[in-house]
Amino acid sequence: MGLKSKDLVGIKALDAADIEQILDTAAGFKDVLGRDIKKVPALRGKTTVNLFYEPSTRTRTSFELAAKRLSTDVINFSVSTSSVVKGESLRDTALTIQALGADFIVVRHPCSGVAHFLANNLDASVVNAGDGTNEHPTQALLDLFTIREKKGVIRGLEVAIVGDILHSRVAKSNIYALKKMGAGVRLIGPPTLVPDVLKDLDVEIYSDMEKGLKGADIVMMLRIQVERQGKGFFPTTVEYFRNWGLTPERLARAKESALVMHPGPMNRGVEISSDVADGMRSVILDQVTNGLAVRMAVLYLLAGVKG
Amino acid sequence: MKIVIKNGHVVDPSQGIDGVCDLVMEDGKIKEVKSEKSKGKGQRHENNRGTKEIDASGKLVLPGLVDLHVHLREPGYEYKETIRTGTAAAIRGGITSLCCMPNTNPVNDNSSVTEFILKKAASEGACRVFPIGAITKGQKGEELAEMSIMHEAGCVAFSDDGRPVTDSLMMRRAMEYSRILKVPLISHCEDLALSAGGVMQEGLLSVTLGLKGIPPQAEEVMVARDIALAELTGGRLHIAHVSTEGSVALIRSAKKRGMADVTAETCPHYFSITEEAVGSYDANAKVNPPLRSRKDVEAIKQGLHDGTIDVIATDHAPHHRDEKLGEFDVAPSGISGLETSLGLSMRLVDEGVLTYSGLVEKMALKPSGIVGIDRGTLRPGAEADVVVVDCSREYRVDAGEFLSKGKNTPFDGWALSAKPVLTISLGRIHEWE
Repeated sequence: MGLKSKDLVGIKALDAADIEQILDTAAGFKDVLGRDIKKVPALRGKTTVNLFYEPSTRTRTSFELAAKRLSTDVINFSVSTSSVVKGESLRDTALTIQALGADFIVVRHPCSGVAHFLANNLDASVVNAGDGTNEHPTQALLDLFTIREKKGVIRGLEVAIVGDILHSRVAKSNIYALKKMGAGVRLIGPPTLVPDVLKDLDVEIYSDMEKGLKGADIVMMLRIQVERQGKGFFPTTVEYFRNWGLTPERLARAKESALVMHPGPMNRGVEISSDVADGMRSVILDQVTNGLAVRMAVLYLLAGVKG
Repeated sequence: MKIVIKNGHVVDPSQGIDGVCDLVMEDGKIKEVKSEKSKGKGQRHENNRGTKEIDASGKLVLPGLVDLHVHLREPGYEYKETIRTGTAAAIRGGITSLCCMPNTNPVNDNSSVTEFILKKAASEGACRVFPIGAITKGQKGEELAEMSIMHEAGCVAFSDDGRPVTDSLMMRRAMEYSRILKVPLISHCEDLALSAGGVMQEGLLSVTLGLKGIPPQAEEVMVARDIALAELTGGRLHIAHVSTEGSVALIRSAKKRGMADVTAETCPHYFSITEEAVGSYDANAKVNPPLRSRKDVEAIKQGLHDGTIDVIATDHAPHHRDEKLGEFDVAPSGISGLETSLGLSMRLVDEGVLTYSGLVEKMALKPSGIVGIDRGTLRPGAEADVVVVDCSREYRVDAGEFLSKGKNTPFDGWALSAKPVLTISLGRIHEWE
């Protein structure tokens, strides 16, 4: 057993067995994280480079900590986005980092396809920490891990994803992962942000949030980029919240046992009310904790592929 | 000097020729096309000094192709292509006359740039170059360029290709004004607000790749506008690189109504491949307008078949290797097309979309007519521009072997059968294996 690729570029390239293996491995690491001494020597001597072309605190920190818990050396390499257009080419930067001896390159980039490009051009294992509006696979994996942990199963659950699906790499990765694992997926939001063509992925699409939430087991909220207001995607954040904000009343349409998730950072009062965010059914902080275990599992399994 | 190409299958729609003939050229001009019958009688063996005989048995002999849409990049972007390399690539592709787009640096929006291009082409070019001038100064869409002076200097058409003339009033004025020159305005039809920075066809694939989509309507609303303006003004409109089903329908209905003087071109990539070619972010498949869907490809073929689309042009857009290597969003649009155009287009004959004669019309005769140049024909007295094509052997496209500096093609490694093996242009014979 083991993963088939040296890289984790996206969920699209994984099958259900791969996902299950990552989740099972993550469960083991979660036990480790509960111990007094949280570090294992599994990848001692290896080097992880966090190559971030976009500002990120939580994902970068989570990867950094995961890599350190596995005893790899970690270097953070931040590149300002302006150099995407000018200055050193992406390939040259990546080759430079590889020449420094990186075993893992964790990359975040504003352009879709960059993780793919690096994976094809480098010997190091590339882990996609979010590329443009394409994928954010470790976020989906940690979401699935959280769902499985709380619900016991994923197959057969009804998961509602609410918000800016079009621009959300988190939503994309979750759609692929949930479908592969046998869950039902509903996408909820304004037609400007939820393209009809996604129906071809065997998901349901709703612009009416009340209808879409009915009987859902999981309500996954997405961060709304405030910059999209005034660009014609929706008039104002006030109107957005009126139609698609998650309030206790709306949540009542979902199953009583429904969980509320959010990849963070949250815009309270824009896509989610504080009552719900801080409520009993919110597992938002569990997601953060589980992210660490999942990222450890990914690095560990990719190291196994390379031998 | 006399050149005779013997026993080839000569296709020349301008004279209704489609059969085995001998093609006789003398002093750089076509002398005659001798059919089997006429050459049988009283055949004199004057085969002696001064006559070069070329055996073209089993091969096609066509008028040199005419490409209405080429980016030669010079002046200004010589790292992408030069007049020398671009025309050499054209010759390799069987193209003996080409029209070059004005989006150089500086833009060909005044006669001194036109003169520079023509002078360079005369000294370094392997084929004839006919410049296309900009419609507006700097292609900014704000002020008309000096069309008439550029026309005198040698421009055969006007276009702001690469960018649309966004302002409808400016486009109206340009169409009205261009009537004094009786030359076409070649329109790059794109509603920039609607294409909104997109990088590929809009659809499930663009959403799942996370790439910004361009809907077909971004092209179609401008095709509709320009047809309406052509009706209003009586100007000549030639629509560049038609890529969608809706555009074909609009042009078809405009031609049927007969109120607008409109012609249209498409490019080999729009009838050969779909958006699927983007695959895993292959920037060599990034082109503007973008590669479309299967049904668009079928509609383009239908449009070629029924005459809605008059011309096959390459939109040859060479780029440096480094520019296509990296972020898909950042890579420039364009395909290096001169050396695959005939091979890809000949597939239309194999599929029954076009006859040999129809193909030569789209690639030589009609484009000549549109820009008013005396090319694309084997009539006696015409320039001895000829291409001999071998369709009998399959070969692999190898971008690394392109004479163009631009190796950017989604067709690398494709198996094609039609291959130019000999091109005659400007009195020189170019021959390949």
